Amino acid sequence: MAVDQATVARIAKLARIAITPDEAARLAPELDNILHWIEQLGEVDTSGVEPMTAVIPNHLRLRDDVVTDGGIRDAVLANAPLAEHGFFAVPKVIE
Amino acid sequence: MTDLTDLGVAAIRDGFRAGDFSAVEVADAFSARVAAAGALNAFLIETPDHARAAAERADAARAAGEAPLPLAGVPIGMKDLFCTNGVPATAASRILEGFVPPYESRVSQNLWDAGAGMLGKLNMDQFAMGSSNETSAFGNVLSPWRRSDGGNAALAPGGSSGGSSAAVAARLCPGATGTDTGGSIRQPAAFTGISGIKPTYGRCSRWGTIAFASSLDQAGPMARDVRDCAILLQAMAGFDPRDATSLDLPVPDWEAGLSGDLRGKRVGIPAEYRVDDMPAEIDALWRRGIDWLRDAGAEIVEVSLPHTRYALPAYYIIAPAEASSNLARYDGVRYGLRDRPDGGGLQDMYAATRADGFGPEVKRRIMIGTYVLSAGFYDAYYTQAQKVRALIARDFERAWERCDLLLTPTAPSAAFALGEKSADPIAMYLNDVFTVPSSLAGLPAMNVPGGLDEQGLPLGLQIIGRALDEQGVLNACLAIEERAGFTARAEQWW
Repeated sequence: MAVDQATVARIAKLARIAITPDEAARLAPELDNILHWIEQLGEVDTSGVEPMTAVIPNHLRLRDDVVTDGGIRDAVLANAPLAEHGFFAVPKVIE
Repeated sequence: MTDLTDLGVAAIRDGFRAGDFSAVEVADAFSARVAAAGALNAFLIETPDHARAAAERADAARAAGEAPLPLAGVPIGMKDLFCTNGVPATAASRILEGFVPPYESRVSQNLWDAGAGMLGKLNMDQFAMGSSNETSAFGNVLSPWRRSDGGNAALAPGGSSGGSSAAVAARLCPGATGTDTGGSIRQPAAFTGISGIKPTYGRCSRWGTIAFASSLDQAGPMARDVRDCAILLQAMAGFDPRDATSLDLPVPDWEAGLSGDLRGKRVGIPAEYRVDDMPAEIDALWRRGIDWLRDAGAEIVEVSLPHTRYALPAYYIIAPAEASSNLARYDGVRYGLRDRPDGGGLQDMYAATRADGFGPEVKRRIMIGTYVLSAGFYDAYYTQAQKVRALIARDFERAWERCDLLLTPTAPSAAFALGEKSADPIAMYLNDVFTVPSSLAGLPAMNVPGGLDEQGLPLGLQIIGRALDEQGVLNACLAIEERAGFTARAEQWW
């Protein structure tokens, strides 16, 4: 299927990346080309094949359900573009 | 007295222990060389104080008669994908502008615990997405190598660990960290005539390493020779409970196990790696590699990895899918860049921040990943890719019934000029044709320099091994290194 400008705009919205109509027009053939190239995977007979979930056999470890970290609020907030009253601050979302 | 910056990791370690020079002399010599190499743009941040502090500790410990740490006296370069406490980490992206990690990555911590010091943070492709270092937000890295045709074409150092490869090849540091998702250690090492190993997935902790594609990302060392890589990998690797995919296994003494004697080993030559339009010089080097391994005592066998041609398209579904998820965290709230249009709300802030902060290749991959994971397409793309990935891993499993190691070229060409491939994403992706399959299967794989092409540029050979057989990989590379006699180095012009 062809990727058109509307599709690019929809993907960009899902990915939370602002794009202009010009950029969408430029990206559409580019993404279409890449997606066509990866569609050759459809040729491979994968019936009866389980999708890979771990490259190296490894067991998933459990640890004790205890707090191992914390009490470092200032360090957590130190890199925030905007922090107020000990919280991350964002534009108002509820009117 | 020899120029200290001509020494590799083992030579510095041993010379320091023997009292031939002080660690501070070494650190200062390399820091001066880094400071004078701005034209290469290999370093994003220089940290001579970090290197010097580690060196002063090493000198003091030596004076006090303490047993030396494994890397005492050795300064290294750190790819800017690793979080380093108090030193900015950018992933070569504007979106992490101003971010100073309040913690240390496990891999870098392991290196400091082993006595190493840091000369600086190395440039790279943005978020490790690229094969030429041209996607960095902070400018291209220039390879120290130039063609012998007298032209001054600026060449790519490979990518994504292009700052690491250029810095080691230019003798700005004796060794550096790299990360490899689809070939990002091995291809730049091949382009610049150095060694680099991607260990088995899970050997090096991913904790504190900025994520690209979590099921593929592995850290590894890049250095001048095989022994130096073994020494550095030993320090970097190790179990870490904070990484759910970290392997809970002891770290072998790979350096002590080094041997170029390959008697009893079978090395497979995969037929499918003979790709169309492979340059004759690369084919010829591959044949020489076969002769060298045979000379070292190995038996050569032909093997087949039938799904090889599907590795790249599978990779370009899986890696962008994981990246689109991992990079969702860059939202302008907790760290890095924030951009908010006038009067814009939270959603506008997210979209503007990500539009301004991410470079074109990163956006391209996030959007491909978002597309293949979106409703209605998930099974056709992502599930199918994970099934093909299982078939690729099965190909290797079947090959291991007939051989212990695989020999292939590392890259389909020598270093190309900057700008030569950047207009065509797929042409750039094809650079990783020989490195991606072993990444998808999580296997250890290494580049070792093999020779120069007609234009005087380095070409590399790749050894792939069974899971956890880093020793076999290192040893086969050592056997090649001992026979290739690769001593060429880039003439200094910077």
